[in-house]
Amino acid sequence: MQISLSSDYFDLFDLPKQFNVDEGKLKARYMELQRMIHPDKFAAASEAEKRWSVQAAAHINSAHDTLAKPLSRASYLLKLNDIDLDVETDTQMAPEFLMSQMELREALEEIPSSADPYLAVDKVRKVIREEIEGVSLAFDRSFSAEDHTESRNRAREWQFLDKLLSEVGEAEARLDDDA
Amino acid sequence: MAYSDKVLDHYENPRNVGTLDKDDPNVGTGMVGAPACGDVMRLQIKVNDDGVIEDAKFKTYGCGSAIASSSLVTEMVKGKTLDEVEQIKNKHIAEELALPPVKIHCSVLAEDAIAAAIADIKSKKTEKVA
Repeated sequence: MQISLSSDYFDLFDLPKQFNVDEGKLKARYMELQRMIHPDKFAAASEAEKRWSVQAAAHINSAHDTLAKPLSRASYLLKLNDIDLDVETDTQMAPEFLMSQMELREALEEIPSSADPYLAVDKVRKVIREEIEGVSLAFDRSFSAEDHTESRNRAREWQFLDKLLSEVGEAEARLDDDA
Repeated sequence: MAYSDKVLDHYENPRNVGTLDKDDPNVGTGMVGAPACGDVMRLQIKVNDDGVIEDAKFKTYGCGSAIASSSLVTEMVKGKTLDEVEQIKNKHIAEELALPPVKIHCSVLAEDAIAAAIADIKSKKTEKVA
């Protein structure tokens, strides 16, 4: 098995270019790739080969990190289809979605002043997790159907929800600090 | 990264934070978002019968630059006609606040929010006529 630094991450891990991945296979292949570029194998190698092995290690690690996390995997699938999610100049999103985001942020803001802040954290987190579950399923459906406009919209909503989820974590950490 | 004094001023003393009745026929509401940073911005304008904006409110969840951009915009639009307000571009906002290049997209968000609010009020007015 050859390792190509120019191969895309799915090819590198010998996985089909789809949203659902076999996690066992991902992990097994990751370990196999790591063994192939283990520094021990390059002890007697030339400087050029050693440099290559370091680059290969970095490529393998970023591939694994990208494929292991569902949102980054979705974002990467879109990127392979020439859709860049990180374009900051497109601000148009469904008003209902933005409205619900604003309400969730308001709920998050009110956590410290609620009667049971930890319960409030759990409630907001539960809502966000359910929404993430929903958009990830919707992403999978539309990506499988090769509807890239819909896939992109769902992934953009997912980005929003993911950011919000990390803010819930931060809000909870602040509660711990104040306790 | 250091914020300019103007950004800090708007961030610490945001102007016109609040809500207008979105069902009021004279109120236009614009909502925009930036998925990469998780920013969400709502901008509302109240337009009188002469087509002049007499009130503006905003609510923004986001970084200091996004809050300052929307706060500044509410000040800029008051007393102006819709046609005048359509001329406001993100460049004006970014220059006024001395936003660094990495924060330019916050001013884009504010420009798009005004455009969305104008589109909303225009569609309401057309419906009324029709």
